[in-house]
Amino acid sequence: MKTESKLEKLLSQGHFVVSGEIGPPKHANPEGIQKHTALLKDYVDAMNLTDNQTAIVRLSSIAAGVHVLQAGGEPIIQMTVRDRNRIALQSDLLGAYSLGMRNVLCLSGDHQSFGNHPTAKNVHDVDSLQLIKIVKDLRDEKKFACGEELKGNEPRFFIGAAANPFADPFEFRVLRLEKKINAGADFIQTQCIFDMERFERFMAMVRERGLHKKAHIIAGVMPLKSAKAAKYMQQSVAGMIVPDEIVSRMEKAADPRAEGVAICVEQIKHLQTIEGVAGVHIMAVMWEEIIPTIVKEAGLYPRPKAE
Amino acid sequence: MIIAESKPLAEVAGLIQGARKVLVVGCGGCVTVCLAGGEKETGILAAALRLLRQKEGNPLETVEVTLTRQCDPEYVDMLEKYVTDDVEAIVSLACGVGVQFLAERYNKWVVPALNTKFAGGTVEHGVWEERCGLCGECILYKTGGICPIIRCSKSILNGPCGGSQNGKCEVNPETPCAWQLIYDRMQALGKLDLLMEIQPPKDWSKSRDGGPRKVVREDVRLA
Repeated sequence: MKTESKLEKLLSQGHFVVSGEIGPPKHANPEGIQKHTALLKDYVDAMNLTDNQTAIVRLSSIAAGVHVLQAGGEPIIQMTVRDRNRIALQSDLLGAYSLGMRNVLCLSGDHQSFGNHPTAKNVHDVDSLQLIKIVKDLRDEKKFACGEELKGNEPRFFIGAAANPFADPFEFRVLRLEKKINAGADFIQTQCIFDMERFERFMAMVRERGLHKKAHIIAGVMPLKSAKAAKYMQQSVAGMIVPDEIVSRMEKAADPRAEGVAICVEQIKHLQTIEGVAGVHIMAVMWEEIIPTIVKEAGLYPRPKAE
Repeated sequence: MIIAESKPLAEVAGLIQGARKVLVVGCGGCVTVCLAGGEKETGILAAALRLLRQKEGNPLETVEVTLTRQCDPEYVDMLEKYVTDDVEAIVSLACGVGVQFLAERYNKWVVPALNTKFAGGTVEHGVWEERCGLCGECILYKTGGICPIIRCSKSILNGPCGGSQNGKCEVNPETPCAWQLIYDRMQALGKLDLLMEIQPPKDWSKSRDGGPRKVVREDVRLA
C-alpha cells in the first residue's frame, strides 16, 4: 500500500470498485454535496469532485472534498492544469492532503472557451501527465517539481489519471495511457463508454502491453436520461462516441429514464467480464440520485468494507 | 513574420477624435506583407479617416509616410521632419513594437491602427496562421516540426488531450489537432518511440522572465 486511500485498499484487495461523481455547486452552500454524499456513500467506494467542470466556476473540488469527508464519503479530488501553474498546483496538493484528501485525479481540464468565462486566460504551465509526475515525485521522492527536497510530511496521494478510448488518434490512446502510468498514475478512470466494441479493442491493446497490471483501470459509464441527451452526447460532446443503436433504444423507450438505467446496468455487467477492468465510474451528471439504483441493479450492492 | 490586422475604422477615428492634424505612419516590414500596414493601407486609412471627419463636419488633415521599418531607430529618425508642431497625433500602422518605438521617440499622442496578432505565415493568399509561440526555447525537434505550444489549444507537451476527434481540435472543428499532426508525422518518420518519452514541465522562464526579453549579439555591437 502506497497510501491511506480506501480506494487503493479496495483495489489492491481485488474488489470490483464503484466510484461516482458529484459536481460541486455554482454557489457557496455545501448542502447539496452533503446530501449527495449521504445518498451515495453506501453505494460507491469513492466519489469524484469535479474541478470547475466544463470551465464553469464552481465551489472548489478540494473544499467539496472536505464536505464529502465530513459526511462520511471517500473523496477523489479532480485537479486540472487549466487554472493553476505548478506553484499553485503543489500548494493545493499540500493543502488538500492536510485536509484529509487521499485521492487525486490529474486532468488537463475542459478548455475555457466552453465555460462561463470564455475570455479567461488559461494557464497550462504543465500538462496533465506532468502533473501526475509532480504528485508522484512529491509522494515517492519527497521532492517539489523544482527538485527541492520536501522537508516534513509529504502528501501521499493515490494518483489517478483519465483515459479516453474514444478520442483520436486511437492507437496513440493506449500509448498515452502507458505514458501516464509510467509517469506515476495508480488508477485510471476512462471517458464514458457507449461504444463497447471500441472499448473492447482498447482493452485488448491495454492487455497486450500489460498496462492493466500496472494500474487499476476503472471504466466510465453514464446513465442517459433521455433520447435528447443521447443525441447531444453523440453530436456535441468532443471525444465521445455514442452508437446509433443506443440513441434509437432511447428514442423507442416508453420510459426513457428506466431505459437509460437498464442500458447502464447492462454496460456495467458487460464491463465486469472484460479482463483488466477493475471497476466502474458512474458519471450521472445532474442525476446523482440514480446511482444507488444502478449499483443495486448491477448486483454491486452492498459495497465491500475496506479491511 | 508578425501578423497584424486593422482595427475597425471607428475605433481608430475615436482614438484621434480631438486632433485636427495627424501623421499616419505605415511600416514596410511584416505588416506590409500581411497587407495590414503598408503604404497602400496607410493611404486608404488616411483617406477613410478624412472622409469620416468631413461627414462629421470636423475636417481632418493627414500627412502620410511609410517607413522601411518602425522597429529600427534609424528608420524612425527619418520621421523627424514630418513630426511638426501642428501634428496633434500620430497613427501607427505597425505592430505594437513600431507603435512603442514612435511613442518613445516623439512627444506626441501615438495610437495604434492595427491589432498585433501573432508570429505566423501565409498559408494561402489572404490567410495567415500562427506557427510560433515565441516561447524562447524551441522544441520542434521533439514533435516532428509541429509546435504543440501554440498549435495545441492546451499547449500539451505529452498530448493529445481527450477531446481530439477525427483529427480536429475540440475547441474548433476548423482547427487541426496538433497532436494528430504530430502523431501522423512521427509515425511517417518512424520515430513514434520518441513520443513515449515523458516530456518534463517546460522552462517558461525563457518565455516570460520578468520584463522584456533581450537578445544581445556582442559581435555586432558598435560600442
